[in-house]
Amino acid sequence: MAETEHAGVEETLKRIEAQKGVIGTIVVNAEGIPIRTTLDNSTTIQYAKLFRLLTMKARSTVRDIDPQNDLTFLRVRSKKHEILVAPEHDFLLIVIQNPCE
Amino acid sequence: MEIVHVYTKLRSKFGRQSLFSDRPAELLVDVHTDQSLVHQFIQKTQRDQDLQACRDMSEHQVNTKRFESNSCGLNHEEGGWPKDVNPQEMEQTIRFRKKVEKDENYINSILQLGSVMDHCIRQNNAVDIYPDYCEDQDQEEDHQEPPSAKTINVFRDPNELKRTVTGLSWHPDGGRKLAAAYSCLEFQKTSRDMSPDSYIWDIENPNRPEMTLKPASPLVCLEYNPKDCHTLVGGCYNGQIAYWDTRRGSQPVEVSSVEHSHRDPVYKIIWLQSKTGTDAFSASTDGQVLWWDVRRLSEPTERLALDPSREGNLDRALGAISLDFESTMPTKFMVGTEQGLVVSCNRKAKTPSEKIVCMYDGHQGPVYALQRNPFFPKNFLTVGDWTARIWSEDIKESSIMWTKYQMSYLTDACWSPVRPSVFFTVKMDGMLDVWDILLKQNDPTLSLKVCDEALYSLRLHETGRLVACGSQRGGATLLEINSGLSTLQKNEKSLLAAMFERETKREKILEARQREIRLKERSRSEQSRDEDGGREDQDQNQNQLMVRAEDHFYLITETETKRRRDNQTTGSEDQGQNQNQSQSQDQNQNQSQSQSQDQNQSQNQSQSRDQDPQMLSDQSIDEL
Repeated sequence: MAETEHAGVEETLKRIEAQKGVIGTIVVNAEGIPIRTTLDNSTTIQYAKLFRLLTMKARSTVRDIDPQNDLTFLRVRSKKHEILVAPEHDFLLIVIQNPCE
Repeated sequence: MEIVHVYTKLRSKFGRQSLFSDRPAELLVDVHTDQSLVHQFIQKTQRDQDLQACRDMSEHQVNTKRFESNSCGLNHEEGGWPKDVNPQEMEQTIRFRKKVEKDENYINSILQLGSVMDHCIRQNNAVDIYPDYCEDQDQEEDHQEPPSAKTINVFRDPNELKRTVTGLSWHPDGGRKLAAAYSCLEFQKTSRDMSPDSYIWDIENPNRPEMTLKPASPLVCLEYNPKDCHTLVGGCYNGQIAYWDTRRGSQPVEVSSVEHSHRDPVYKIIWLQSKTGTDAFSASTDGQVLWWDVRRLSEPTERLALDPSREGNLDRALGAISLDFESTMPTKFMVGTEQGLVVSCNRKAKTPSEKIVCMYDGHQGPVYALQRNPFFPKNFLTVGDWTARIWSEDIKESSIMWTKYQMSYLTDACWSPVRPSVFFTVKMDGMLDVWDILLKQNDPTLSLKVCDEALYSLRLHETGRLVACGSQRGGATLLEINSGLSTLQKNEKSLLAAMFERETKREKILEARQREIRLKERSRSEQSRDEDGGREDQDQNQNQLMVRAEDHFYLITETETKRRRDNQTTGSEDQGQNQNQSQSQDQNQNQSQSQSQDQNQSQNQSQSRDQDPQMLSDQSIDEL
């Protein structure tokens, strides 16, 4: 069962990576260690560290305003591309996309 | 097991429901006015009093003490790996990663996150939710922005005894550094304790100068070599020239010998464009302009004495206060003197007497700043006494444009390197004025009070956005001007060229007219001299003219008073008519005479007074 599930994970990640405009994907764990990445090492570490901190800050902001609320998704749009961060309590999925119309 | 908290309370206090019922109003107390008490009170005058039900507030200001901060960075290495995993080892990290991937939590999370992420990515691809709506409108905003400038930093003299910032120079390579020369130019105010040091500041760090330059005598001016950003040359208060290499420390690499240097403070030193990049020339109030090769500062390579009679006589030389050199015209240069003259010189002249080409007389005081317009080298800006003047090289009589007399002395000026019609001036009351001559000629476009003390020097950064000005108490202020004043507007060059041409033409016409009048004057006086023969006759002729003019004047006044008297005395119309006719004739005559007088006066404005009485006397002779 773990095998199929693992395959399911692989398939999900591959599907995301194959989407139009996606530049890179990073999966980060609670300690900030990148588990899976499609970018080079130094960039990955930078993204992992910085977005971990940003996500924690965003989450605490949301919960400060309303304790019942929680952060579901974080989008950072910059001049060059958009960075999407999906947080879970242990892991973080970061995708860098260049939205092309 | 659950955690519970138990407490006991009286049933009655437990929040029994309260039962409300209606009751009619009943009067509790009624106190009537007691008229007998009126006498114990004095009625006060009515006045308005504000009442406000709020807390008392007070305003309080706090200025934090200045603290010095030092920036330093941290280098982050990879971290967060558990103790048993060595991040450098590829195998261990891969093994760790594989272990995490097998974790159930991981799998669940990823599946969930994956679907969410998928949705968002598709959203992004479908519609661009952040389009730029205002792309086209951005370009028009610049025009409405009023000109403004803000102070970014102030670099203060670290010494106890503050000296004036007399010279400023930007680092040639990008301009992240500013070199400032400090000296005290006031008469006999330098004390032994005054430090002779000058500093190089990094514009990001106003707390501490980046480098100190230690000359033997305070520096009055300082320049970076535009070709080599590590070398500087400075002119000292005692007349020597010193040469520094910033890679070699604070002491000058070489100093010129005292015997061959200037005998007065060196007010300006400029690097020349040469193949070796080591030539500079300096000017001082002792009347000399000296050329130096910085590799051999023991003796100047060339000398020039600013003698207006072109004999090279140092005793009669004019003291130089400012210099200008434009790299597009390498053989010509200009010197501004203490006497208010601007001397234009040619370096490559054959004989020393030909070195001084021409002189422009404009100011009543020393010409403190002199600079050619970087876009129109034929026009240059001078600043001295209370005005700033713009000159054209061809017109030697006067400047083509000038500002009105300002309230305080102007000490320095500079053209903007990016906008040909903008120049900056600093004054002794601490004001920085920005003039845009295409916009307004009467007043500065922007006037800022930079500090309370006098400003003595000014330098613009090569991008045109940053302005550094130095004050009397050793503070160099760095200001940023807004983009309206530092970006080239369309048509600016052509409009400015047209303006300069127009003003030059006007001056030329005035000059030509003046010359004409003078020529006529001279020829007329020569003629009359020939006719009468001898200088005495000329004098007599003048006396005669004066007598004739006086006679004519008395005649007019007499006829006028007579007419008035007649008007008063005679009442009858017949007599009046006749007399009126004759009076009106007289009046007409008088009027026409006075009119022609006026016309004559207006025609010969600045010139010959002699002509007037002559012409008038001619007329009176005709009439009489």
